[in-house]
Amino acid sequence: MISRSRKLFLWTVRCLMGLAVAVTGGITLFIVFYVLAQGLPNITWELLSTSPSYLSDRIGILPDILNTVYIIIATLVIVLPLGVGAAVYLTEYATNRRIVSVIEYAAEALSGIPSIIYGLVGMLMFSNNIGTSLMAGALTLVIMNLPTIMRNTQESLKTVPQSYREGAFGLGAGKWRVIRTVVLPNCVDGIVTGCILSVGRILGESAALLFTAGFAHMANGFFEGLGSAGATLTVALYIYAKEQGEFEVAFAIASILMILAMLINLSATLVTKKFQRRKK
Amino acid sequence: MNSIITAQDLCLWYGQSQALKNINIQIPERSITALIGPSGCGKSTFLKTLNRMNDLINGVRITGTVEYNGTDIFSQDVNQLRKEVGMVFQKPNPFPMSIYDNVAYGPRTHGIRNKAQLDEIVERSLRDAAIWDEVKDRLKKNALGLSGGQQQRLCIARALAVQPKVLLMDEPTSALDPISTLKIEELATNLKETYTIVIVTHNMQQALRISDRTAFFLLGELVEYGDTEQIFSQPADKRTEDYVTGRFG
Repeated sequence: MISRSRKLFLWTVRCLMGLAVAVTGGITLFIVFYVLAQGLPNITWELLSTSPSYLSDRIGILPDILNTVYIIIATLVIVLPLGVGAAVYLTEYATNRRIVSVIEYAAEALSGIPSIIYGLVGMLMFSNNIGTSLMAGALTLVIMNLPTIMRNTQESLKTVPQSYREGAFGLGAGKWRVIRTVVLPNCVDGIVTGCILSVGRILGESAALLFTAGFAHMANGFFEGLGSAGATLTVALYIYAKEQGEFEVAFAIASILMILAMLINLSATLVTKKFQRRKK
Repeated sequence: MNSIITAQDLCLWYGQSQALKNINIQIPERSITALIGPSGCGKSTFLKTLNRMNDLINGVRITGTVEYNGTDIFSQDVNQLRKEVGMVFQKPNPFPMSIYDNVAYGPRTHGIRNKAQLDEIVERSLRDAAIWDEVKDRLKKNALGLSGGQQQRLCIARALAVQPKVLLMDEPTSALDPISTLKIEELATNLKETYTIVIVTHNMQQALRISDRTAFFLLGELVEYGDTEQIFSQPADKRTEDYVTGRFG
């Protein structure tokens, strides 16, 4: 028989845990609904498809959307070969385990550094040399995302069964052929997951880009855009909210970013599930 | 009979521990040689030395010589050697690709691109491995969908596709059911018309059923090597007798 005070105690604990759940869930839901409620009504076709103009007193975020797309493409194009290449070398070729673990540790540490520090370094390394531009921003993001791509690829490489490699070596295949035809095709899932996570990170990055990529809202073509300064959606959000007091626009951008972030998380989950099924 | 593989004073160390001690053996062409002995006796290590799969392991040191067809295997191109001396592993390890691509992997590796030629090699290899009738209608299907026994015969077909002279088999039936085992054994017996087979087995009956010559390994040494019948009926060494009669192992 449980005593009365014990019963009361258990009941209180349950209530407190319930409260914790309510607060956690409540805050999340509140933010999502608040941002969407404030932002969605302000998303118009005009906002999405035009550039800002002082003459016609109009705000459009097309340049910011384009800049975001450009910076994502440029970053991935550079970071993928670097990250995958490094992962393949460290996992398949490197023989000195100690150096490998030092590099792996450094990569872990790198991914925990506050992004504003990358911004500072990026400004000194890239913006001061090639000018404040989307390219300088992309290069900074490359450094930031390198560990993500590398570690995801590495983990995936490690899950490829050794027996596949042995089978291929046993047929007289050289090392590179084994990697290209048997190992890499089996870790596409890790590479794709790394890419999706990186896209999410680039989309949400502001601090590093404030330093390196600039604030312009000019709709350019791809290469011209990379060469010139430009704000991505997150940076534009900051500018409109903090410097111009355009909260409707800021919330519109915020809800777009939030929806995109959810889609990215969803696709990461789907990709992982799909590949897991195939591996079975 | 001509011997195709000759090992002389072969010693092998994994780091500090010696796994093979002065192995001297001559393996005759177009026959089945069984390597028997308790776990950890060095028989698999010896098998893997013959096509230099041990190269993949760090810290392996080898002394002595192994000659394949009269040439030292350690001084020739390892990929060429593995093309001539193929391997079938303990656990079936088909690649996660189609049945066709599995068999075509070896020939493609060695530069064959012609579609008609590949088709012909794939069919011939699958027929030689006695699995053609079971898979001919689903060559484009993923090989991982096959049963364990079928997968192992596919792996044999994959090894045959590069036209090796020697086939090394590392306990190829230990992961299989009795019926699949029987099929692999029949297959091995047929294949010795064309190929030299060296098979590691834990199964005495299997060694007795299919092999022409048997080598008994113990603690890294080759204790006795001779005709299978003689090894099992009148072993010269007391240790061999104890092992084949099941007194230890």
